[in-house]
Amino acid sequence: MFADLKNPVFTDTDDLNEMARQIRRDIINMLLISKSGHSGGPLGLADIFTALYFNKLNCLPSDPYMDSRDYVFLSIGHVAPVWYATLARRGYCPLDELKTLRKINGRLQGHPAPLKTHGLPGVEIASGALGQGLSIAVGACLGLRLDNKSNRVYCICGDGELNEGQIWEAAMTAAHHNVDNLTVIVDRNHCQIDNRTEIVMKLEPLADKWKAFGFEVFEIDGHNMKEILESFDKAEKVKGKPSVILAYTKMGKGVSFMEDNYKWHGVPPNDEQGKIALSEIQKTKYGDFVDYYAEK
Amino acid sequence: MNFNKEKIIDNLDLNNPELKETRRGFGDALVELGRTNPDVVVLGGDVSGSVRSDMFRDAYPDRFFSVGIAEQDMMGTAAGLALVGKIPFASTYGEFATGRPFDQIRQSIAYSEMNVKICASHCGLTVGPDGATHQSLEDIALMRVLPHMNVITPVDYNQTYRTIIECSKLNAPFYVRFYRDNSPNFTKPDAHFEFGKADILIEGSDCAVIATGLCVWESILAAEMLEKEGISIRLINMHTIKPLDEEAILTAARDFGCIVTVEDHQKHCGLGGAVAEVLVREFPVPVEMVAVNDTFGESGKGPELYEKYGISKKYISEAVKKALKRKKK
Repeated sequence: MFADLKNPVFTDTDDLNEMARQIRRDIINMLLISKSGHSGGPLGLADIFTALYFNKLNCLPSDPYMDSRDYVFLSIGHVAPVWYATLARRGYCPLDELKTLRKINGRLQGHPAPLKTHGLPGVEIASGALGQGLSIAVGACLGLRLDNKSNRVYCICGDGELNEGQIWEAAMTAAHHNVDNLTVIVDRNHCQIDNRTEIVMKLEPLADKWKAFGFEVFEIDGHNMKEILESFDKAEKVKGKPSVILAYTKMGKGVSFMEDNYKWHGVPPNDEQGKIALSEIQKTKYGDFVDYYAEK
Repeated sequence: MNFNKEKIIDNLDLNNPELKETRRGFGDALVELGRTNPDVVVLGGDVSGSVRSDMFRDAYPDRFFSVGIAEQDMMGTAAGLALVGKIPFASTYGEFATGRPFDQIRQSIAYSEMNVKICASHCGLTVGPDGATHQSLEDIALMRVLPHMNVITPVDYNQTYRTIIECSKLNAPFYVRFYRDNSPNFTKPDAHFEFGKADILIEGSDCAVIATGLCVWESILAAEMLEKEGISIRLINMHTIKPLDEEAILTAARDFGCIVTVEDHQKHCGLGGAVAEVLVREFPVPVEMVAVNDTFGESGKGPELYEKYGISKKYISEAVKKALKRKKK
């Protein structure tokens, strides 16, 4: 439906919000089928992924590796369901393939897999072990700059992931080399698998940390489509240093019993919970890729 | 050196070869690649002077990226550069090029099949006085266990130079292991060198010795000692540890019925282990492994350490005799 379209597919925030809602439904359905996977993070990131893939990115699903494409690195590989659902809705793969999440011989691996082995179009490199994506993104930025290319690089990190030392090594490298073709997006949902982030390992003052590391920092409501889009544009205008968007989100956004609850980091809903989740998110004009309860 | 010259297969320079650093071979090759291939980039982890990548840094500053003392970030940054079409060479000391960033190499380079060349200097015991923390004796094991990774340990300056040039032409992850100290530069610059193909350096009739890296020279010295005692060995330079030249190993096993392996690395999971895995599967014969025996090193001079940790020519020749005895049983 959108595979041959360049962005922006949607400019109206109502259209983007409608698509984000469908992606949330897709995430629930994928997890119901796979009975394995992460619920909280993917739901929380649906708005940001929709904004990227349906408005901001220079991308073309029918030519996923075109030379001028913007690069997306998902440093938090475990939120893969939101990426897969977004890619499928945008036309990178058939919608029906969303039924294969975490299944053997599939491309929708539990964590994003490299293209050469069984990766999905749109995926650039493996992720899953945390903390590695930002280094890769910075390397890509340096290489693109060397070739005088204008592709932009987006790296999506979790907040719990910022416990990893390599993130801060990469942050230093980005600032040291004045990398300004990079936008880091931090999913600041205050939750990680064991507990609230500030209980597991204190991150605040987080904005000050990034500033001290040489980044231009933007703080936004990660569920407000207008703020998301504006922050992408603002980050792009920053010259001579890298940018980070601290996107304040709710883990499990859209499903009342999952929202802001770290216990939903790494588990799928059961059938009963799934039913409630789908009714809370409500149907969209796009329709689901599966009628899970009818096919069961 | 008093060899029966007919037994020397390759044209080797065994008579007082010039002493040269293998790391200098790395540095010189990088400068040559800088001149000939605009996609070659180099990452520095603060030890650029030590590993000799400073020559590239000074000649091609735009293509040299300092990441500081941050080996994990270095591997990830290298993967990102490879992803957008560059040919990154990431270099530091052996332990910090493998042990420290193992997970980064595993996920971002090996699993993702990124065209990154990990180049490790200061490997093995010969880094000497620095002591055990800096003596990488597990790096071959760590790299050869990774799917998609290629592992090469060249023998001298000339072969290190050749290895760096050749691996730049192959779109695959590589681990290249070399050393700090001067060592005999005994292969000719134009000697036969084929990635994945072992070289027979000396032909013999009693036993095969399969050696890698600096231990090849030590094995040449052992061969000379053994010849005086009437024992003649086939010396195989296994410069490529992965993919392993299984044919060379199996031919040697069939020809002699016993094999000795020699390496400046832990006995477990290195060259000896790799050779044994092939033999156990295909053609079991007695194997004697000359290597560091499940222990950490210590400060001392390289030759002293080779003596104390059992990988000098004396131990190689003893291992050959032991292998021959086991064969006769």
